[in-house]
Amino acid sequence: MRSEWYEFQPGSWTTEINVRSFIQHNYTPYEKDASFLAGPTERTKRLWKKAMDLMKEETKKGIIDAETLKPSTIITYGPGYLDKDDEVIVGFQTDRPLKRGIMPNGGIRVVKNALEAYGYKLDKTTEEIFTNNRKTHNDGVFDAYTDAMKKARHTGIITGLPDAYGRGRIIGDYRRVALYGVDFLIEQKQHEKKLLEISILEAPDISLREEISEQIKALKQLKEMAASYGYDISVPAKNAFEATQWTYFSYLGAIKEQDGAAMSLGRVSTFLDIYYERDLRHNLITEEEVQELVDQFVMKLRMVRFLRTPAYNELFSGDPTWVTESIGGMGVDGRTLVTKTSFRILHTLYNLGPAPEPNLTVLWSVSLPEPFKKFCAQVSIDTSSIQYESDDIMRDVWGDDYGIACCVSAMRIGKQMQFFGARANLAKALLYAINGGKDEIYGDQVGPLFEPIKGDYLDYDEVMEKFDQTLDWLSELYINTLNVIHYMHDKYNYERLQMALHDIDILRTEACGIAGLSVVADSLSAIKYAKVKVIRNNKGLAVDYEIEGEYPAYGNNDDRVDQIAVDLVERFMNKLRKVKSYRGAKHTLSILTITSNVVYGKKTGSTPDGRKAGEPFAPGANPMHGRDRMGAAASMASVAKLPYRHAQDGISYTFSIVPKALGKSKEERIQNLCGMLDGYFHDKGHHINVNVFDRETLIDAMEHPEKYPQLTIRVSGYAVNFVKLSREQQLDVIHRTFHER
Amino acid sequence: MNEKGRIHSLESFGTVDGPGIRFVVFMQGCPLRCRFCHNPDTWDVNKGKEYTPEQLMEEIKRYKSFMDYSGGGVTFTGGEPLLQAAFVAVICKMCREQGISVAIDTSGFIWNEHVARALEYTDLVLLDIKNYDPNVYRMITGGALSPTLKLLDYLREKDIKTWIRYVLVPGLTDNTDSIRQLAGFLFNYPNVEKVELLPFHKMGEYKWKELDLDYKLYDTPEPDTALLEEVKKILEESGKEVSLNI
Repeated sequence: MRSEWYEFQPGSWTTEINVRSFIQHNYTPYEKDASFLAGPTERTKRLWKKAMDLMKEETKKGIIDAETLKPSTIITYGPGYLDKDDEVIVGFQTDRPLKRGIMPNGGIRVVKNALEAYGYKLDKTTEEIFTNNRKTHNDGVFDAYTDAMKKARHTGIITGLPDAYGRGRIIGDYRRVALYGVDFLIEQKQHEKKLLEISILEAPDISLREEISEQIKALKQLKEMAASYGYDISVPAKNAFEATQWTYFSYLGAIKEQDGAAMSLGRVSTFLDIYYERDLRHNLITEEEVQELVDQFVMKLRMVRFLRTPAYNELFSGDPTWVTESIGGMGVDGRTLVTKTSFRILHTLYNLGPAPEPNLTVLWSVSLPEPFKKFCAQVSIDTSSIQYESDDIMRDVWGDDYGIACCVSAMRIGKQMQFFGARANLAKALLYAINGGKDEIYGDQVGPLFEPIKGDYLDYDEVMEKFDQTLDWLSELYINTLNVIHYMHDKYNYERLQMALHDIDILRTEACGIAGLSVVADSLSAIKYAKVKVIRNNKGLAVDYEIEGEYPAYGNNDDRVDQIAVDLVERFMNKLRKVKSYRGAKHTLSILTITSNVVYGKKTGSTPDGRKAGEPFAPGANPMHGRDRMGAAASMASVAKLPYRHAQDGISYTFSIVPKALGKSKEERIQNLCGMLDGYFHDKGHHINVNVFDRETLIDAMEHPEKYPQLTIRVSGYAVNFVKLSREQQLDVIHRTFHER
Repeated sequence: MNEKGRIHSLESFGTVDGPGIRFVVFMQGCPLRCRFCHNPDTWDVNKGKEYTPEQLMEEIKRYKSFMDYSGGGVTFTGGEPLLQAAFVAVICKMCREQGISVAIDTSGFIWNEHVARALEYTDLVLLDIKNYDPNVYRMITGGALSPTLKLLDYLREKDIKTWIRYVLVPGLTDNTDSIRQLAGFLFNYPNVEKVELLPFHKMGEYKWKELDLDYKLYDTPEPDTALLEEVKKILEESGKEVSLNI
């Protein structure tokens, strides 16, 4: 055993890379309450004040500063500090806090446009190099895209594709650096590469050998980066501070070089707790000092920044980075994975105040210790900053060392990655079915040419038959589009450090998505149970609908329509499964719109459910605003029916409630929120965002943003700073269903 | 049993009518005409939607997880749920068989054999005492106070857990002498576990307008904190826990 590992229980982790084994042999479950927690230290308070001031300036200016010359790699920049005296955990992406680096491997045009939007100019030579000498992911994709793909992208039936920026949603096992030190990781990679000296090298083997070499280079650079801050991470961390700092360094290396849409952290709190417990046992550290490490680590995670275009920010409501940390859950052996550090990381929401990042995600199980459940509920009621996902469902599929990437995508840490596939707009697909493959807004033939529906009233069987054919076409086009994107991403924008923190044999998922689920379910319900009259324009294109009578709407726990939604998920998923994916990725599906439900709505004509052209969709798997009339539990029951086995990339549900609708006293509210989460997850719900506040607060914040600098709300699989939303998005949030009685 | 019930609406996530998360059944129809009623749309006995006991039970059962984990159950309110006591009794019995806790929110105005049968399977009664002065009671509700007090006696006799609800309306139910007498009276009811003081609110006002009813409280303000605290203190003389539902 290495000296840094003193007192640790050995296991298979001592001879092979196996962080889960280390955790299982060494962690201390914590089943008591939150009374042990410590407030912020003076250093933390001073430093956070400084950070807040800088962020205030950033909000005013758009960005603090940006690089215009050098593309960012792990070692492009020397060390950067906010305040050397008060900083306990160090390291920034560039040479100064909040300054944005450039990562043109994804695409040079995006970099150029983003810089110009903020008044900066991309260096001419850099632009030339990435135009003439070094091909980007974006160029590769467009070289290979077919006309059909370009059309589908243009009309938005497939949308949000990562073809001009980093795909993200890959979680490196950042804990490995702390546990093993970088040298051991390099040795392992070299060994694996040696094993790949096989008799006949074919393209996949050649790619893999090249990738491993890149991974090794990245690990070497990671050491160099840490050395510039004065730390030697070639060896394992030997105490609480080093474990935190080493873990952060490895994450920092990833975000210096990759600007993927979601750069999630994984599941580090219970891992770090082992080091904290050891130092506490030896009186090497106090609870205040442990909390200081956690607070300062989290502070750094709150300062992660990428250069994005304003259009990107509009799509995602602000500037999310999805530094998702998964907290709690249960082990397969029945012990809880909740530790004191699960509490400590949630406690940062008090010590530093609420914030959207890191994206704190509680892995909820009905078996979690009651005091932890209560603490989570209390934090939700006080801060509206956390989301919950069903550990009971996911543990079954992914074991007990998975983490959430982005919003709702589970992956086994260091053993699995995904090809992020954004989403297909099924509401638009339904309109294509009605219009014979023509786009209802542009009028072009986008889908395959077939007979449009000609009757004045929509007939359920006829619509379903055509819709089914449309979905056949769409699923094939969708998977092929993703195959192009991810082939090129691997080729031109490979995530070498993140993948260095993975095993060699990994599971890849082809992570598709659906937008507009509730719109389609309600539309089909209207067609089936009411009468829907078609309004056509002078070119014969169906552009609007009139509903005669009432129909059961999704969100009221009514099987007549809920089963339509269930069928839709299963039907589309089964079609996707038929189409071969790049690198043998396993097909998965999410029902998640991020906040683009507003933008997707804008790009979609009127739908047979009564939604008018341009109006927003409901977010994720939510029922449409105002159509869930039976109260929150009925709404949740409808969502919980959606089958996780056909949507293993996650099913997102956003829930907002006014405090007094949760109960009369604080204690009652906590008890009821716990009961609600237990009930929802027991009944197979997968994910829920919990917002607890009054609509009046939001309206006031819209008028007086200066009073609410830290007002955080959960919008989809993540959280945003409310005052940073556009007015349109703020109104969308305010208009959504708030459960009020 | 073919008894059908007329139901105004269902709410799957109620948290203010009894403990925990409650499936709330708003029964249609009420014999009283309380001036501060916030659900006047539940008065008319001919409105609402008909349910068989089986249909309603099917709905209720779907929320069992929420009830179980939160310590909740079903609450019958309305309207006056005991106006349809025969129907309610059937559901109460079914709930008992399913291990679902039942609360009935009532004015206590109705008494008959069906009420007795419903109470046999009721875990908690939320008894609304609109006022303890019989004259004021009649003025506010159009009915008599005595049936309510008789019901309370019955609940004591059968040892059925009861929460007393008192709506505080400035200028109407803030007659403190009578509130003090009520507190003294409740002292003798060990089955009364707590008293809920509910401040008058204006959220039901629009319904009066929609129904074109003569609303007399347009100018009545919601009670201020000082008045609420004062009344709470007085009610505490009952020796019971008094909760202020703001």
